[in-house]
Amino acid sequence: MPEPILSLEGVFTDIAQYHVLQGVDLTVPAGEVTMLLGRNGVGKTTTLKTVMGHWRAREGRILLDGTDIARTPTPDIARMGVGYVPEDMGIFANLSVEENMVLAAVTGPIDPARRDWIFSVFPPLKTFWSSAAGNLSGGQKQMLSIARAMIEERRLYLIDEPTKGLAPAIISTMARALRELKAQGASILLVEQNFSVAKALGDGVQVMDDGRVIWSGRMAELAGDAALQERLMGLSLEGA
Amino acid sequence: MAHAEQREAPPAGDEVAHRPTMTRAGLTDRLAPWMPFLLVPVLAVLGWLAIPSTSSWLTLTVSGLAMGMMIFIMASGLTLVFGLMDVINFGHGAFVSVGAFVGVSMLLVLANMTEAPSLMLNLLAMLAAVIAAMVATGALGWAFERVIVKPVYGAHLKQILVTMGGLIVIEQLIVVLWGPEEIYILRPEALQGAVTFAGAALEKYRLVAVGIGLALFIAMRLVLRRTKIGLIVRAGVENGPMVEAMGYRLRRVFIGVFIAGSALAGLGGVMWGLYQELITAHMGQEIMILIFIVVIIGGLGSVEGCFIGALLVGLMQNYVAFLEPKAALVSNIALMVAILMWRPQGMIPVVKAK
Repeated sequence: MPEPILSLEGVFTDIAQYHVLQGVDLTVPAGEVTMLLGRNGVGKTTTLKTVMGHWRAREGRILLDGTDIARTPTPDIARMGVGYVPEDMGIFANLSVEENMVLAAVTGPIDPARRDWIFSVFPPLKTFWSSAAGNLSGGQKQMLSIARAMIEERRLYLIDEPTKGLAPAIISTMARALRELKAQGASILLVEQNFSVAKALGDGVQVMDDGRVIWSGRMAELAGDAALQERLMGLSLEGA
Repeated sequence: MAHAEQREAPPAGDEVAHRPTMTRAGLTDRLAPWMPFLLVPVLAVLGWLAIPSTSSWLTLTVSGLAMGMMIFIMASGLTLVFGLMDVINFGHGAFVSVGAFVGVSMLLVLANMTEAPSLMLNLLAMLAAVIAAMVATGALGWAFERVIVKPVYGAHLKQILVTMGGLIVIEQLIVVLWGPEEIYILRPEALQGAVTFAGAALEKYRLVAVGIGLALFIAMRLVLRRTKIGLIVRAGVENGPMVEAMGYRLRRVFIGVFIAGSALAGLGGVMWGLYQELITAHMGQEIMILIFIVVIIGGLGSVEGCFIGALLVGLMQNYVAFLEPKAALVSNIALMVAILMWRPQGMIPVVKAK
């Protein structure tokens, strides 16, 4: 097992009066794709937001490469090399695609080679490079959102439901992009409801329920055990 | 902006699936984003039709544009402050008053330069007054943000109460420092009088005000469109948390914008004071009504909207005051109502409903 790039130890997060995370323990090994699974409302998105510092953990430690970032301001976490793709995509609709990408390249100008790689993964971004991002379709916005995270090499990618509400053809584009990212050796923590995508990409799995991680293991183990899926997520995911 | 939705080709298999095409939008769809920009010439034409004499119309138009430019200068900071950090600053008018008092005091000190018939000396005195006013209001803005605004982030009601309190305190401090009397001031020699064009008398000062306002608007647009800091501001107005998640410290940017906005209000104060040739401690509070109208009809957070809104308010005020003086007061409120019925989020909405 490689060294963890990210590990959460006993993380509790409250949102107003709700105790959303109730002692999350999880690790993301370096160079692997770790799937974060679970029903709606169990705290997957809150876990990512807590890592980014959008919500503050009341208790617990969040270690990025061994450094506790539980009290670090969000911009500093991002500058430590964490790329974040939020569930709502966080597109700047009034800015052009290009301007969205220029902003995402925090450390300097966009590297042309990396930009061309992104164009090859997401051709529509090249077509609409100077259009307002607000005019893109839902699928194109999601591409832009992931492309922004990919424009620079990050130590860790936090990606929240990249295939949500997308047509099957675009889902396959997303899956291919994430596969390419994985092939570069990126460490990814991925929330995903589409189990066939999760199965194809995931190395490790963490399953959450009621604000805790209730099962963690290898994807192969979960994928081959329908009874386990049934028990963990309350529904059979096979064939979904 | 539903008009420009790009149609996606139907999925025709896995690999060639995503092939978007652009379709040409209809004329009305393409015009829609430009509608606010067209309103200014439309209003000018309406004014021309309503006002019997062309020379009066020209005088009023220049005067309205000058007034609009000054309001724009005072309002631009406020709209960005709201857009970026969701802060409602009722104390913004205090920077207008302070700017006017500092600038005018500077001009009074440099009276021998302003009274001299030399354009060069006049401009130097103006420049000194403007710089003094902007430095003073910029510094005041920095202190105001730290002491008054910072503790009430995210709480609108508290912001309204506490910034209103700040406004009163600063106004009273002006009374303490400069005394309770209003101050009359003459414009520098070179800016007095008018030029005649097509039979209309156009005051020199108003032409200069239009020039300064236009230059500032262009400069602001360039900064907002062409620089990374401008990109951060525009993106921050739309979605602050995402800008932070990319690695930018939005609070620092916000403080910078607050200081710049206060300094601009100070500049607007000097210009407004010289326009009226009279300054009082509560002049900022009085102009705040027009500033708020402009910020609201422009669309909170939008510099372009603020610019158009300010020109509309300036023109409207001047035309109506000429045609029906009694209606001048209500004309701008009526304008606001009409625009909000047309576009409830303002002419150029950029801030998502928060």
